[in-house]
Amino acid sequence: MAVGATRLKRVIGAVTAVATVAFAAACGSSDSGDAASGGNVTLEFAQWWGAELPAGDLDKIVSDFTAQNPNIKIKLLSAPYASTKQQLITGAASKTLPDVVGLDGAWVNDFAKQGAITDMSKLMTDSNYDASQLASQIQVNGKTYMIPVVNFVYPLFVNKDLLAKAGVAKTPTTRSEFLDAAKKISALGGDVKGWALPLDTAVPNGIQNDVMSWLWASGGSMLQDGKPALQTPAVKSTVEYVKSLNDAGVIAPGSLTMKEQDKVEKFTNGQVGMMIDSLAHINLIKKNAPSLKFEVAALPAEDGYTGKRGIPYASWGIGISNSTKHKAEAFKFVSYLMSKDTNAKLSTIANGFPGNKTAQPDFGDSDPLFKTAFDIYQQGYPANEFVGLPKSEDLMRSFDEQLQLVLTGKSSVDDALAKAQQSWSSVIG
Amino acid sequence: MSSLTASPVAPPVEQAAPPKKKTMARRLIPYGYLSPTVILIVVLMVIPIVMVISYSFRDNVIVQDNSVFAGFANYTKVLTDPDFLTAIQNTAVFITVSTVAHLVLGLAFAMMLNTPLLGGVAKAVFRIVYILPWLFTVAVIAVIWRLLLDPSGVVNYVLHTLGVVQQGVNWLGDPGKALWVVTFINIWSGYPFFMISLLAGLQGIPGDLYEAAAVDGTNWFQRFRHVTLPQLRPVIISMAVLDLIWTSQQFALIWMTTGGGPLHATEMLSTYTYKQAFSEYEFSTAAAAAVIVLLLTMVLAFFYVRQQRER
Repeated sequence: MAVGATRLKRVIGAVTAVATVAFAAACGSSDSGDAASGGNVTLEFAQWWGAELPAGDLDKIVSDFTAQNPNIKIKLLSAPYASTKQQLITGAASKTLPDVVGLDGAWVNDFAKQGAITDMSKLMTDSNYDASQLASQIQVNGKTYMIPVVNFVYPLFVNKDLLAKAGVAKTPTTRSEFLDAAKKISALGGDVKGWALPLDTAVPNGIQNDVMSWLWASGGSMLQDGKPALQTPAVKSTVEYVKSLNDAGVIAPGSLTMKEQDKVEKFTNGQVGMMIDSLAHINLIKKNAPSLKFEVAALPAEDGYTGKRGIPYASWGIGISNSTKHKAEAFKFVSYLMSKDTNAKLSTIANGFPGNKTAQPDFGDSDPLFKTAFDIYQQGYPANEFVGLPKSEDLMRSFDEQLQLVLTGKSSVDDALAKAQQSWSSVIG
Repeated sequence: MSSLTASPVAPPVEQAAPPKKKTMARRLIPYGYLSPTVILIVVLMVIPIVMVISYSFRDNVIVQDNSVFAGFANYTKVLTDPDFLTAIQNTAVFITVSTVAHLVLGLAFAMMLNTPLLGGVAKAVFRIVYILPWLFTVAVIAVIWRLLLDPSGVVNYVLHTLGVVQQGVNWLGDPGKALWVVTFINIWSGYPFFMISLLAGLQGIPGDLYEAAAVDGTNWFQRFRHVTLPQLRPVIISMAVLDLIWTSQQFALIWMTTGGGPLHATEMLSTYTYKQAFSEYEFSTAAAAAVIVLLLTMVLAFFYVRQQRER
C-alpha cells in the first residue's frame, strides 16, 4: 500500500512537471494564427468595426471575400475601440500585430515609426492597384500606411425646437450667428445651454472635433510645412472665439471633465441646443429621443469666409502588419474592402461615407439627414490635421490643458498658445 | 474492563541503502509539485517586474529597436516633472483620506450592525443596504456618480431645491473640488469591505471582556477604548495597510470620472503612468514612474508583512 502511494506520488509529480514544462513551452511558442496549411492562408483581421456594426454584417462582407478567394480565410478579431487600441499598441510593441489591422489615423505615425505596419505604397505598385480611386491615404514620409475605408464626418447638430423657441429663424452659418443663437438658446433658462464642449483629458478628442473644427471650417490650419503653427492669427481667432462662447455663458457647465457621450446625452435630452458630433450618432439620438427635431448643417465659418469648409472626420482605416508573411494576400483583402461595391455596401451599413471616391452609399433606407450630410461633405473637404501626426492624443491633451487654463482665466490666449506651440514643437518640431 | 498488553518493540531492521537514482528522484518530487506555482510566479510576476525595472534604466524601449542604457535619466526626468509631483501629492491626499474614512465609517457601521439594540431583521436590512456600494463594479460606480454629480444632475437638483445652492455646482469639473469629490466616491465605494472585516472582528471579541469591564464600572467609551479597539487592533492594522496599497493603485475610478483633470487636479500616480505609456508612448519614463510606485508600495507591504508576522 505504502509502495503504491509512493509510486502514485512520483507519477503525479512527474506528470505535473511535464505538464508545467509543456505549458511553459506552449506560452513561449504561441502562433499568431498567421498560418498556412495545405496552400490555404488564414489572415487575422483585428478591428473595432464588427463591434459597432449590426451583428453579423461584417462577417457577411468577409464571407463574400472568402467565397471569391477560397484559399484565403479571414479570422475576425472584433473588440470595442478602446480594447482594440490597447491590443494593437501592445502588438505593435512586441511585433505581433495581426495580419490586417483596423487603424485610427491618430495611431498611424507611431505604428509606422515602430515598423509595426507596412508601407502599402509598395504593395499598391506591386499589384498595379489604381490608387486614384481612393478618397485619401494616410502617409508618413511620403509612404502610405493607412487607407481610410469609411469616413465619419462631424457636422453641426442643431435642435430645431430649441432654435425656434429661442426665436432664431435660420441655422447659423457664421461664428457671429452661432454666438447669437447660442446666447438666445441659453437665455431660455433652466438647464438649457447653447453649446456643449467636451474637454475631458482622458480622451481629449474634443480638441480635434469641437475646437479645431472651427479652425478647419474657415479654411485654417494648425500646421505649416508639417510643423506646428499654433500662434497664427487663424488659431488665435479660433481659441478667442471659443473663449468668447465661454465668457458669454453659453457652454454647458462641466465642460472641463465632459466626455463625448455626455455631450451627445445633453443634446439628446434637449439640454444643449447645438453640438458638433459624429454623424454615426444620428441613429442613437433618434432611438433615445424619437420626438427630438434636429438637423445637421455645415460648421459655421468666420464672418465673410467664402472658401470651402473643412469638415472634421474620423475614419475606419486599414493597414497591414509589417511582420505578416502574407502581405500580398492581406493587400488583396484590403483591395476588396476598398472596391467600389464592397466599399459602398460597408459605408451604407456603417452610416459613413466611402473611402473609395467612386462608391456611392445607398441612402434609400437611411435617415434623410445622412443625405444632407453627404452633400455637406461633398461641398466641403474632409479635414483632420491630427491624422498622421505622432503622439496625436498627447498633442490634443497638451492643447486641451492650455485651453482649460484659458477658460478658467488662469492664462491668456497668447500665453496658452505659446506654451502649446512649445509643447507640440518638442514632439513634431 | 479491558486489559492492556504491551506490544513488543520491533528490533531495528537494517535496510539496504537505496540506489542513488532513486534518492535523487525522491528529492525532486517536491519540486515537481511546486513547479506550476513557481513557473507561474516567475512568468507572471518576476519577469514582468524585472522587465519594467530594466526599461526604467533604458531609453527608446518598446517603440524602437535601438534602446540604449540611460542610467538614472528617466528617474531624474520623472522626479523633476511638476505633473509627477502633483500626482504624488494628490495620491497621498487621496489614499490617506480614503483609508481613514474607510476605517471610521467601516467601524461605525460595523458597530451599528453588531449592536444588540437592533433586531435580526433590521440588522439584515441594514447589512444589505450598507454593503450595496461594494457590489457595484468600478465602471458602474463611475457612471452613477458622474450622472448624480452632473451640474444638471440629481445632487444639484436636491441642493437647489433645499436652497443650499443657487446654481448647479460643477463637482467634478471644478479644479478646487474635483480631488475631494473623487475621494468621496472612493470612500463610498470602499467602506463596506472594512465594515465586513471589522464586523467579523467585533463578533470574535469574547463577551466576558465586556462583562468584566462593566463590573469594573466602565462606561461605553471606556469599553470601546480599552476593550474593542485593542481587540480589533490586528484587523485594523492589516486592513489599513492593505487599503493604503489598494487605494494607491486606484486607476479605473479616476480615469472614468475625471481622467486626472481638470488641470491635473485629480492626477494620480496611476493616471500619470498610464498617460506616459499609452498617450505619450514614453515607456521608459512610464517604467521609471511605475518603479517609484512599486518602491513606495513595497514600504507599505513591508509594514504589512511585519505586522502579520507579529500576529
